Amino acid sequence: MLQFILKRLGLAILVAFTVSFISFSLLFLSGDPAAALAGETASGEDIEAIRRVYGFDRPMMVQYADWLLSALRGDFGESYYFKLPVAGLIADRLSVTMTLGVCGISFALLTAVPLGVAAAVRPNSLIDRFALFMSVAGQALPSFWFGLILIVVFAIKLGWLPPSGAATWRHFVMPTIVLGYYAMPAIMRLTRAGMLEVLSSDYIRTARAKGASETRVMFKHALRNAIIPVVSLAAVQMGFMLGGSIVVESIFALYGAGYLAWESIGRNDLPTVQALILIFSMFYIVFTFLADVLNAWLDPRMRSS
Amino acid sequence: MEKTLLNVRNLTIDIPVGGGTLHAVRGIDFSLNRGEVLCIVGESGSGKSLTSLALMGLLGKKITPRADEMSFDGINLLKAGSRQMRALRGARMSMIFQEPMTSLNPAYTIGDQLIEARMLHGGASRAEARARAIELLEKVGITAAASRLSQYPHQLSGGLRQRVMIAMALMCGPELIIADEPTTALDVTIQAQILRLLVDLVREMGMAMILITHDLGVVARVADKVAVMYAGGLVETGPAADVFGQPRHPYTRGLLACIPLPGKTERGAPLGTIPGIVPSLVGEVSGCTFRTRCAEAGPDCRGTIPLRGEGAHEFRCVHAEGRRVSEQEGA
Repeated sequence: MLQFILKRLGLAILVAFTVSFISFSLLFLSGDPAAALAGETASGEDIEAIRRVYGFDRPMMVQYADWLLSALRGDFGESYYFKLPVAGLIADRLSVTMTLGVCGISFALLTAVPLGVAAAVRPNSLIDRFALFMSVAGQALPSFWFGLILIVVFAIKLGWLPPSGAATWRHFVMPTIVLGYYAMPAIMRLTRAGMLEVLSSDYIRTARAKGASETRVMFKHALRNAIIPVVSLAAVQMGFMLGGSIVVESIFALYGAGYLAWESIGRNDLPTVQALILIFSMFYIVFTFLADVLNAWLDPRMRSS
Repeated sequence: MEKTLLNVRNLTIDIPVGGGTLHAVRGIDFSLNRGEVLCIVGESGSGKSLTSLALMGLLGKKITPRADEMSFDGINLLKAGSRQMRALRGARMSMIFQEPMTSLNPAYTIGDQLIEARMLHGGASRAEARARAIELLEKVGITAAASRLSQYPHQLSGGLRQRVMIAMALMCGPELIIADEPTTALDVTIQAQILRLLVDLVREMGMAMILITHDLGVVARVADKVAVMYAGGLVETGPAADVFGQPRHPYTRGLLACIPLPGKTERGAPLGTIPGIVPSLVGEVSGCTFRTRCAEAGPDCRGTIPLRGEGAHEFRCVHAEGRRVSEQEGA
C-alpha cells in the first residue's frame, strides 16, 4: 500500500510540473506580453522598457524557473489590473470557492449515492423512476436557469433565503443545491449501474448463502465494490466545481475564484490567470491522487498494479 | 431407522419469461438422510442448480418455488421467513458454488470472509472463529494457513479459492452441504483432488451432501443415492448401485453409454451420444420430455407418465422394458 502511495505521489508531482510549465507558457501564447501590457498606443521604447522591468527579455527557461520558485513560496507576482499581489487576491476568493465546492460535492454525493443504491435495489420501482426523473432533470436543466428559478421562488416569493452574497451559511444554500444538482445525475447513474452489476455477482450470492442480512449484503459486500468508479468520478467533479463554478458564482454574486478567473481573462491579467490555472490544476491533481489512494484502500487489486 | 434430514415432494419452479412461463423444475421428489450423499445428475439447464438454490432460499424475490413439502429437519422451508432462512443458511445448511473465481468478495481478505461466516451465526468470539478458520484451511489442504488469512482472493489460484469456499461452507459445522458442480470451473488435474477432499470431509464430519455434477464417474464412486434430472423433471432416482447397475430410463442408459468404463468399454469402440437437444420448457409441457430424443418413444409417451419402480428405485418411463413399441412401429 505504501509503495502504491509513493508511486502515485511521484506521478502526481510529475504531472504537477508539466501543468505548471503549460500554465506558464500561456503567457507567451497570447502574443508578446510586453506589448499587451504597454497598450495599443505605446511606442517601441515603452515596450522595451516594460520588457526589461518585467524580465521578459530573459530566456524563457530562466523566467519559468524564476516564476516557479516564487510560486512555490506562494508568490505569484502582482496582478496587472489590481496592482496587488496575486496570492492575496486569490486567497480571499478561494475560501468562497472552496466552501461552495465542498458543499456542492457533499450535497451531490449525499443525494446521489443513497438514491442510486435505492434505485439499484429495486429496479423499475417507483423510487427507481423517481431517481431517473431526477437525473434526467438534472442533466437537462441549465445551471443559470435553475439558479434563477430558485432565486425567484425561495428569495423573492418566499423570502426564506438571501438571493446573493456570501456573508452567512444561508447564502450558500441555493448555490450548493445548484452546483450539487449539476454533479448529481452522473454520480447517481454510476452508483446505480455499479450496484446493479455488483448485486448480480457471485460473491453477493455467497454472502447471502453465509446467512448475511440484506443490509449487510448491501453495505458491507456490495457498496464497497460498487462505489469504486464513483470515487474517481467525484474527484474529477470536485476539481471541476472548484474551477468551473463561474456560472453559479455569478448568478448568486458569490465572488469566488472561478469568477475571478473569468474577470481576469477578460482583463488580460495574465499573472492572475496563470496562478489560478496552476492552483485549479493542483486541486485536480490532489483530488485525483486522493481518489486513487481511497480506491486502493477499497479494492486491494489496485494496490498491486 | 435413520432420520430424514431433507424431504422434498413435488417441487415446482416456474420462471416468468418474455413469452410465457418457463417450467424450469417440474414436480420433483427426493429425500436425504443424515450422512447420506445424494448426487443430482443431468445436462445443463435441467434444473439442478435451481433446485439447490430453492433449498437454500436463494432464488431471489421474483421466483417463488412451490411444493407439497420442502422441509429440513422438520422445518418447513416454504413457510420459513427470511430471518429463519438466514439463521439456517451457512449455519445448518451450506452451499459451495460452481465459480470459485468470482464467488469470493474481492474487497476483503480470505480471513475476513471465513471469520464472517462463523461470526454471523453467533456463539463464537472472533479469536475462536479465527482459530476455526485456520483449522479448516489446514483441513482443506492449504499450507501456511495462518498467513493465508491476510491474503485477498485475487492472490489465490482457482483451486485454492475453491478450497477456501469449502472451508467457508464448513465454518459452522453444517448438517447439509449443497455442492453445485464444485469442480467444473477448475483444471482437470485438480478436479479429482478437490472432489475427493470434499467427499472425505463430508464422510468424516458425518454431514449429508447434495452433489450436483455432470461427472458420472464421480457419482459412481461417492453417491449413496442418485437422482437423474432431465428438462426440469426427475426421470430416475434410487440407490446408486441400482441406478448404475440396472438403469431403467432410456435417458439414464444414454448418459451411462456416454462415459467409458475401464474394463467394460472396448478399446476403439465409439462412445455413446444422445442425439437432439433439450426441448424448450416455455409454455405447456406434457408427456415425457425425453420422447423427442428417445429411440424407444411411442405414441403413449405423449400422455401422463406414471412413476414406476421397485422399492426405492423409481423412474418415469412407460417403455423401461425395452424396444417393444418401436419394433412394433417398424413392423
